[in-house]
Amino acid sequence: MVDGLIGIKVGMTQVFEENGTVTPVTVIKAGPCVVVQKKVKEKDGYDAVQLGLVEFVRPDRVNKPLAGRFEKAGVPPVRVLREFRFEDGSDAIKPGDQILVNQVFQVRDNVDVVGTSKGRGFAGLVKRHHFRGGAATHGSMFHRAPGSIGASAFPSRVLPGMRAAGHMGNARVTVRKLQVVRIMDQENLLLVKGAVPGRNGGYVIIRKS
Amino acid sequence: MNLLQSVQNTQLRTDLPPFRPGDTVRVYVKIKEGDKYRIQVFEGVVVALKRNQASSTFTVRKVSFGYGVERIFPLHSPIIEKLEIVKSGKVRRARLYYLRERRGKSARLKEVGRDTREVDSNQSESSS
Repeated sequence: MVDGLIGIKVGMTQVFEENGTVTPVTVIKAGPCVVVQKKVKEKDGYDAVQLGLVEFVRPDRVNKPLAGRFEKAGVPPVRVLREFRFEDGSDAIKPGDQILVNQVFQVRDNVDVVGTSKGRGFAGLVKRHHFRGGAATHGSMFHRAPGSIGASAFPSRVLPGMRAAGHMGNARVTVRKLQVVRIMDQENLLLVKGAVPGRNGGYVIIRKS
Repeated sequence: MNLLQSVQNTQLRTDLPPFRPGDTVRVYVKIKEGDKYRIQVFEGVVVALKRNQASSTFTVRKVSFGYGVERIFPLHSPIIEKLEIVKSGKVRRARLYYLRERRGKSARLKEVGRDTREVDSNQSESSS
């Protein structure tokens, strides 16, 4: 079977265990996905399936090259396409097939979730690298500044990798080994323990870890 | 947000009686000992009810051997076996934290009959 799915982060909440323990969970609308293309070793050099997340896309928004590929696979147009590896021997998968959450994941599985983190813009060192900064008062005059960034005449340059202010967030982030707490296959929902990168409504990739 | 709501709705309990801050309640708490369950009763005044869907909590205060004890319960937690309203107090605010500074006679609440209050919509929680 395919080793992952495309999903949309819905938001966070909490669920109760039988014994009263409260588990923080992220709700992900995972799939349903459709197989748009299948890649085979002989032809493409590796085995994979290209999945698309089923959601409403206005047909006039789809460009012609893509529309042709959707037509060939016999699927409705999709906005997000991602490739996933699939385990050998699953010849049953062919373009046009629909893949649901409960076909890929089980409760207590560990999954990796990939998303795009929230953009923080041009962030200073305190926010970006957890520098401590100086005192706010008592005439310190050293508030959130970087401090020394190296020696003087030697080496006469800033060493590569020096942590500095700059753009933060809006990057691809993977969170590994999140436990699947529950699967609600009626609503295509996947509940994983803990936080997932990105805003609510952002696209995420869920992979078996 | 509707999808999140559908997850939360599976967590909500509707079997507890609607209670309010100022009420004296008896909470029957399930406690696990080894592989057996035991029921412990915690009786006191509800000093706060914090509504937040499945994450709602309420705080119960009692004075035990001269020491004030407050316990915060998740409202929808399965460890609450049952809950009884012992009596209802007349209060004029939602959070009764002022009881912490009171002791003895001044920490009492005037009782009101249940029927004199308008029908409480405790279970139909306002969405956050």
